[in-house]
Amino acid sequence: MIDLIVDPLAYDIFLRSLLAVVMVGVVCAVVGTYVVLKGLAFIGDAISHAAFPGVVAAYLVGGSYFIGAAIAAVSTALATRYITRRGNLRSDTTIGVLFAGMFALGIFLFSTIRGYVGDLFAILVGNVLAISPTDLVALVVLASGTLLVVAVLWKELLYATFDPLGAAASGLNVELLEYLFLALVALTIVVSLQAVGIILVVAMLVTPPAAAQLLTVRFGRLVTLAVAISVASSVIGLYLSFWLDVASGATIVLTQTAAFLVALFVGPRRGVLARRADTHHVPVPE
Amino acid sequence: MPDVQLRDVDAGYGETLALEHVTLDVPRGSLVAVVGPNGAGKSTLLMLIAGLIKPWRGEVLVLGDAPGAHARQVAYVPQAEMVDWAFPVTVDQVVMMGRYPLLGPLRRPGSDDAAATDDALERVGMQHLRHRQIGALSGGQRRRVFLARAIATSAQVFLLDEPVTAIDPATQDDIMDLLGAEAAAGRTVIATTHDLACAAECFERVIAINRTIVADGPSSIALDAAVLARAYGGHLLRLDGGRVLVDDAHHHDAPPAHERHFHEGGRDS
Repeated sequence: MIDLIVDPLAYDIFLRSLLAVVMVGVVCAVVGTYVVLKGLAFIGDAISHAAFPGVVAAYLVGGSYFIGAAIAAVSTALATRYITRRGNLRSDTTIGVLFAGMFALGIFLFSTIRGYVGDLFAILVGNVLAISPTDLVALVVLASGTLLVVAVLWKELLYATFDPLGAAASGLNVELLEYLFLALVALTIVVSLQAVGIILVVAMLVTPPAAAQLLTVRFGRLVTLAVAISVASSVIGLYLSFWLDVASGATIVLTQTAAFLVALFVGPRRGVLARRADTHHVPVPE
Repeated sequence: MPDVQLRDVDAGYGETLALEHVTLDVPRGSLVAVVGPNGAGKSTLLMLIAGLIKPWRGEVLVLGDAPGAHARQVAYVPQAEMVDWAFPVTVDQVVMMGRYPLLGPLRRPGSDDAAATDDALERVGMQHLRHRQIGALSGGQRRRVFLARAIATSAQVFLLDEPVTAIDPATQDDIMDLLGAEAAAGRTVIATTHDLACAAECFERVIAINRTIVADGPSSIALDAAVLARAYGGHLLRLDGGRVLVDDAHHHDAPPAHERHFHEGGRDS
C-alpha cells in the first residue's frame, strides 16, 4: 500500500506534477471562493474558453502558451466587465457573446494548423504529467503572484463582494477591485490550464469552494476548507490517474466532484447531519 | 456650512431620469426622512450623496467637497434587498467591515477595530448574537447589524436606505432611538422610509420627493394631506376623518440591468 504512494515520487515528472497540482489547488480554491460568492461561475467558464485563441496563437508563433493564454484571458475578462457597463447589458449576455466569439477564434486558428497538434490537445483536456520544468517555474511564479495580491486585498475584496454599495460609499474603489479580481481569475485559469485543461478548469475554481460552502458559514473557514478540499482532491486525483493510467485533469475534477457530493449528502448544513444542526439557524425572537 | 448640499441636481440611471432640479441643504446634526412613492428617486438621492452615482447636472457637495472626497466620513446602509443574506459572514465580521476602509490594504484589523466593533454591537444590542451567520437573523436584527456597521465607522454622515422597513415596531423604535442619539451627538442622518407615521413621529425634518422635491419642512408635513397628494398623486386614497391610504405595493425601484437583488426565498430577482 505504502509503495503505491512512495513509488511514483521516484519519478521527476511525478514530483513536478505533484507540485503543480498543489499550487493550482491552492490558488484555484482561494480565488474560486470569491468567484462562488460573487456568483461568477459562468464567467470562470467563459474566461477559460477565451484563453484558447491565445494558446493557439502562441503555438503558431512559437511563443510561450502561458503568455498567449494570459493575454487572451485577461483582456477578455476585462472586456466582459467593460462591455457590460458600457452597453448596460446583463453580464451573462456579454459573457455569452465574448465567450463564443473568442472560442470560435481559437478553433479558427486551430484549423489553420496543418500536422501534429498534440500539445494543443493537452491544453484542451489537461495533462499535468507532461509539464516541463520551465512551465512549472512559470506556473509557480504566476500562482504565487496571484496569491500575494489576494493576501494583500482579501478584506477589500470581501467587503466589495458582500456589499459593493456600502464598500464604494465608504471609499473603496470597488470598480477597480472588480477589474483586478477578473484579472486574477484570468491568471488563475492560465495557471491551471496545464493541469486540468480549458474545458474542465471551471470545476477547479468552483467545486472545492462549493463543497466548503456546504460545510461552514464563516468566511475564514470557508477559504481554509476550500483549500484543503482542493489540494487533497488534486493530490488524490493525480495519484489515481497515475495508477490507473488515465487523464489527470478529468480524474482530479472527478475527485473534487466526489468531495462535493459527500459534503452535500453527509455535511452538517444540508446533508444527513443537518437535522441536528438546524437549531443553530433559527432566528432568535427579539 | 451644511454637511450635505445639492444645487439644481438632475440624476438617473442609463437613459432614465430619476431626479430633477433638486436643491437641498442638510446642516450638521440633522435627522432627515426622505419620503415618496416607488420610483420617486429616494434611493437615487441617497446614492448621489454617497457618491455611488454622478449627477447629470448641478452640484453635490458632501462635507464641502464632491461626494467621495471624504468617503471615510460617510456610512451608507443599503436596502435589505441589496444584500445576499446567505453570504458566509458572521455578525461581527459585517460590523468589522465598516473598519476596513479606515485601515487600508496592508493593515489587519487591530485592537482599536475590535473595540469599535464591540461598542457598536453593544449599542445596537447584538453582542449576544455576534457569532451568528447573518442569514440566521430576523429582519430587525439584520437592520441592527448594518446600523452597527455604520456606528463602527465613526462616520460623520449616515445614509440609510429604508432602515425601518418591514421590521417589528419594537426594533423600529430602538433603531430610531439610536439614529436620534447619533444626530444629537452631531452626526448628520438621512434615511429614506415608506413609513409616513414613523417619518412624522421620529424624524425632525421630512423631505417629500417625487422626481423632484415636492415638500421640505418639519416632520409634521409627512401627514399633511396636501403634501401627500403632491408626492403620491394617484397612489393615494383618502378615507374619512382625513386619513389616507398609500398604494405602495413593492418597496424598491426597478434595478438597473447589471444589479443583483436578493429576495427571501430565492437568490436573484
